[in-house]
Amino acid sequence: MIDLLGALVPLTVIIPLFAAGLTLVVGRRPRAQRIIAVIALAVVLAIGVALLLGVDDAGTVVVEVGSWPAPFGIVLVVDRLSALMVVVSAIVLLAVLVFSIGQGLADGDDETPVSIYYPTYLILTAGVMIAFIAGDLFNLYVGFEVLLVASYVLITLGGTESRIRAGVTYVVVSLVSSLLFLASIAMVYGALGTVNLAQIAIRIQDIPVDTQIVLHVMLLVAFGIKAAVFPLSFWLPDSYPSAPAPVTAAFAGLLTKIGVYAIIRVETVIFPGTELNPALMILALLTMVVGALGAVAQADIKRILSFTLVSHIGYMILGVALGTAEGTAAAVYYIAHHIVVQTTLFLAAGLIEREAGSTSISRIGGLLASAPLVALLFFIPALNLGGIPPFSGFIGKLALFQATAEQGDALAYILLGGGALVSLLTLYALVRVWNLAFWRGADEVERGSSRLLKHVNEAPLSTSTVSEARTTPRLMTASTAGMVIVSVALTVFAGPLYGIAERAGENLDGPDRYVLSVFPQGEPSIDRVIEGVLEQ
Amino acid sequence: MTINLTLVIVMAVLYACGIYLMLERSLTRVVLGFLLVGNATNLLIILMAGPTGIAPIVEDPAADPSQYTDPLPQALLLTAIVITFAVSAFMLALIYRSWRLANADDVSDDADDVALRERAESVLLEETSPDEATTEFLPDGLDVDPASLDEAQGRQGGERA
Repeated sequence: MIDLLGALVPLTVIIPLFAAGLTLVVGRRPRAQRIIAVIALAVVLAIGVALLLGVDDAGTVVVEVGSWPAPFGIVLVVDRLSALMVVVSAIVLLAVLVFSIGQGLADGDDETPVSIYYPTYLILTAGVMIAFIAGDLFNLYVGFEVLLVASYVLITLGGTESRIRAGVTYVVVSLVSSLLFLASIAMVYGALGTVNLAQIAIRIQDIPVDTQIVLHVMLLVAFGIKAAVFPLSFWLPDSYPSAPAPVTAAFAGLLTKIGVYAIIRVETVIFPGTELNPALMILALLTMVVGALGAVAQADIKRILSFTLVSHIGYMILGVALGTAEGTAAAVYYIAHHIVVQTTLFLAAGLIEREAGSTSISRIGGLLASAPLVALLFFIPALNLGGIPPFSGFIGKLALFQATAEQGDALAYILLGGGALVSLLTLYALVRVWNLAFWRGADEVERGSSRLLKHVNEAPLSTSTVSEARTTPRLMTASTAGMVIVSVALTVFAGPLYGIAERAGENLDGPDRYVLSVFPQGEPSIDRVIEGVLEQ
Repeated sequence: MTINLTLVIVMAVLYACGIYLMLERSLTRVVLGFLLVGNATNLLIILMAGPTGIAPIVEDPAADPSQYTDPLPQALLLTAIVITFAVSAFMLALIYRSWRLANADDVSDDADDVALRERAESVLLEETSPDEATTEFLPDGLDVDPASLDEAQGRQGGERA
């Protein structure tokens, strides 16, 4: 059973990469490209589900690549957290792919141009998977780079002026974060002589506390930029909204969460329960509040969503910063919920853009009458994100607040209040979109003066171009509807799912279990391995 | 752990120059800064390997393992160099595209942020026109027509090239 699961782990990376090569070869035949891409992602999703079920049943799977023993070769580690992330990302990536196929078919490929879209998208998938299954810091870095380079291409797709401008910000910020990450890996290697996560966890206890804090802060800053934690979140609302709708949806759902995933790994495996946790909690509060206030001030749906994305990263950081099994479990569930819901909302924004020709809420109205299905597809995830019961957003927030309340000190209660307030602000921002874009009559748009819009800043015409309203292909609506169903399923099957999250949280309570699954016989010594090699 | 002082100094200078360049607005300088900082990080990885020794190929099983050079940082380094190379190629293409489209070699302000700031500055004044927002990155008082502006930037670009 374990062997079979072990064989499946590398396939999550190999299949998308192989499919990427294949789609590049058949670059002149978009139809073949689409079929290959969809099949590849569907297979990855199936593997992910098998891994999740297997890992939840049999425990963490560790694969020693090339059969080299643990700290000397590369290890791939899939525990419940990794497996859950693999499944959720595969679902999101598949839905976004189907959405972009629908858009491409309708527009004659002007949004998803030429032959490079599908290969790049598949490479992005491979990078995401490498990051989730990596068992050492350097492989995590390679995974980040693979997905980032693919994302550079996707965010500047088509090379229009606004995309290049947004892309430059994104690329430069990502480069800085990557270099910081690489420098921290070098420092970790200098201090500990290893990049294997489990071995780092063993050796970190032997070095002075101040060295530990330097390494910890460097890693947190590098991941904080990727996860868009305040004050390192400034780049996100500037760069995401200008990309094509499906690309923005995939990025918003996934890429920041990979940063959060890396933070969880660092916080639980390498530096469990250190004194930086209160600082992280304050950052979480600031991320929540600043992001939510930003969302309230915006007039463009995509920008509103980008700011709510930043603010909800704060919830996940809060869960991690608690440093308890309950906190981690709540953060894990919240990540799964947020990946799905945020992607759905961005897909719905893509539908709105097609129906109304714009995403600026001061220019569109009457969508409830003209596009009731789109209204429904926006309304459900919007309520979900705002944390209205019984949706998964409510369950996730409730779990987070419970874990926070258990902490019981003043800081925890301040965060609890802040979290509840931000939840309301999110709801306010999204309801404002609902009121203006959907409920307001189309005729009211002409008169233009709404009290809700009085203090809102309208983007200059150059950035939010008003395109022709076009008919929406069924495939786009269908994939958005599929994501809405998945988000509702997160609510309906919240019991089993939260069970997995709880077990993942227990598994991540301190580094011991992680270390034990990588080194079942304890940390191997170099002499023993050299003897083994020489014997062969 | 003994380390090579020359390498440390070179690394520090590369970091300093690279970070200085990355803080500039000009994209070409940002790329140059990125290359310097990237190489400084590569040097950092080499430094972290500790003192150099004999080539890490096991020919004499009796040799003391601690005499070998640590091979792992070299493998990490090689990967890092390749990634830096690929990303800088992409950056150069991006700059060229930016230059072709906008004649701009700048990291420009986000248009919505500019609108936000102008709005805040002119609460009591009249509404700002969108044109003003888009020309925000021009130097103050440079009130020229677009044709001569292109010319000016072309000259600037020529000097850089």
